[in-house]
Amino acid sequence: MATPTFASAIQTQALRRVYAIKPRPVVALDGVDLDVAAGELFGLLGPNGAGKTTLIKILTTLLLPTEGTARVAGFDVVTQTGHIRRIMNMVAGGEQSGYGILTVREQLWMFSQFYGLGTREGWRRVDELIELVGIAEQRDRRISSLSTGQRQKLNLARGFLNDPWILFLDEPTLGLDVGAAREVRQHMREWRSTVPGRTILLTTHYMAEADELCDRIAIVDRGRILAIGTPAELKRRVQQESLFRLEVDRLPGGPGALAALPGVLSAVTAGDADTAADSGGAASIAVQLVLQDDAALAAVVSNLTAAGVHLRGIAKSEPTLEDVFVELVGRGLSEEAPGAGDGEANE
Amino acid sequence: MSGIAAAPGIPPGADRDHSPYLWRASADPVSAAGWSRRRLLGTNLRSVLGRAFPRIVGALREPSWVAFEVGMPLLTTSAFVLVYRALGAPEAFVGFAVVGGAMIAFWMNVIWMMAAQLYWERSQGNLELYFTAPIHLMSILLGMAIGGLFMSSIRAAVVVAAASLLFGVQYAIEDWAALAVVFLLTLAALYGLGMLLASLFLLWGREAWHMVQLLQEPVYFLGGLYAPIRVLGSFAYLVAGVLPLAVGLDAIRQLAFAGTEQLGLLPVRVEGAILAIMAVLFLVLAHRALAFVERLARREGRLTIRWQ
Repeated sequence: MATPTFASAIQTQALRRVYAIKPRPVVALDGVDLDVAAGELFGLLGPNGAGKTTLIKILTTLLLPTEGTARVAGFDVVTQTGHIRRIMNMVAGGEQSGYGILTVREQLWMFSQFYGLGTREGWRRVDELIELVGIAEQRDRRISSLSTGQRQKLNLARGFLNDPWILFLDEPTLGLDVGAAREVRQHMREWRSTVPGRTILLTTHYMAEADELCDRIAIVDRGRILAIGTPAELKRRVQQESLFRLEVDRLPGGPGALAALPGVLSAVTAGDADTAADSGGAASIAVQLVLQDDAALAAVVSNLTAAGVHLRGIAKSEPTLEDVFVELVGRGLSEEAPGAGDGEANE
Repeated sequence: MSGIAAAPGIPPGADRDHSPYLWRASADPVSAAGWSRRRLLGTNLRSVLGRAFPRIVGALREPSWVAFEVGMPLLTTSAFVLVYRALGAPEAFVGFAVVGGAMIAFWMNVIWMMAAQLYWERSQGNLELYFTAPIHLMSILLGMAIGGLFMSSIRAAVVVAAASLLFGVQYAIEDWAALAVVFLLTLAALYGLGMLLASLFLLWGREAWHMVQLLQEPVYFLGGLYAPIRVLGSFAYLVAGVLPLAVGLDAIRQLAFAGTEQLGLLPVRVEGAILAIMAVLFLVLAHRALAFVERLARREGRLTIRWQ
């Protein structure tokens, strides 16, 4: 067996995973080439059903690839699973692992035993981590009584228990409020910076999170990597175009009607969070436009006005990762891929 | 970005600063992954303890289960005792019913908390974490068994004590050592079977609840829990060949009530040998079944993909 080399923390070549389910096989990963350097915080950004969780499951030795190769810290995911399991850990958003009858402290101690910490050493480490992630007040409460945020901090503490070299985080801030998500992100940063070479592979569909945290990002859709780069590099891809955000009272024909206009490269409605109501209670729809140039905006405004649409606001936008995604895929990140979701249980 | 080799972590043995984000320093992933056999064995042994822990904590933290799990078998046992006495059956039959009522605890534990457990662990999300921990899944199953034994032993002891006092059961034990050995062999074979069933339930069990029920009442009947298995006639030999509860119970009764050997199915030595063979066989089969399940899980995406 070849001696592992660690230029890369994670490396995949032509990685493919097909689920043989009826009525037709689902291709969850389709030729993924990835090279994550040691010490990187690398993000996989994509909508539900993109293949992110499947990739994590292969890298964490839970699934075999159908074709291609994958290595973690130089160890092969097919033949060297034992080695990989000793140096990694994984935490998923919304994870409900453990036993409700145990307290926070007991739960973490139980997991510490699975990683070989001594009995007393385990208790000491658990107490330290409980303080670290900010659930000291809940240390003697049963885990069944924890809030979502507290629960996720507990899961993160579990992920730190064995001092992994590579931490796989699958949507770690899923369902958390702003404050709890911020704390989780801060722990990720600090954990990584403590030891040079520690690597995080993060999957998320929160663009701001990926933008804020990641050294590099791979944009994934339908099992393929569409682009890889730093957030700045990715955003430069769309910087030559004009980006506008419109707010309208209604949108006859949907964003597709705008996308068909001359000079409009793409038009998508913004997420629910961007749909607001004015002081009179009337709904407002936000639309993200990518135009060839600023001049194309005139045709959009004319078209909307002619349709009797009330234009409530126009703002020129700086490019975001969603704009990159829209340009690459042709739809918004919050819009699930057609036919997707049947290959990914957790995405 | 430099590689790990070019940017090593904190050398082992060096004083770590007191960052709570670091506990055990390792130089690089290669040294961190290179475990000795001793460390591997130690971690697996600790995992046994770790997995037994929630069961022991659960048993001590919520003792209300004793009322239910002792009360119900006592009622059934009492019913059989009253019938035997009304019919004027030999007094040994009363003792047989009490011992059978106690041994139910172990069978219930094996099917509910061993056989069905991995299936439920999967739906809780624990199974993925067990798979990705650097341990063998047999350690997890062994931990479950030991934790379960703790609970079941309490239950069985309470049933024996309560029923013996209530009905004035007279035990006639001539060979305590043989009784202890047969009892331990019975438990080893029973929990070995439970470990095997855990993999099989995971593999086939679309609904573990139904599988458990399938194994509950028929085994109560075939296992000779409330009457000597000999009453099943020649069919009893077949049952004794596959069901450790039946053969173990038969041997325990012969040893606990000296002079009732004529009611036993086979000589105790033979039954002890059968139990020993079963214990080894079930453990080996459980090990293989678990390896098969893991391979299948990784190949087909079963067990870790919740819709499968």
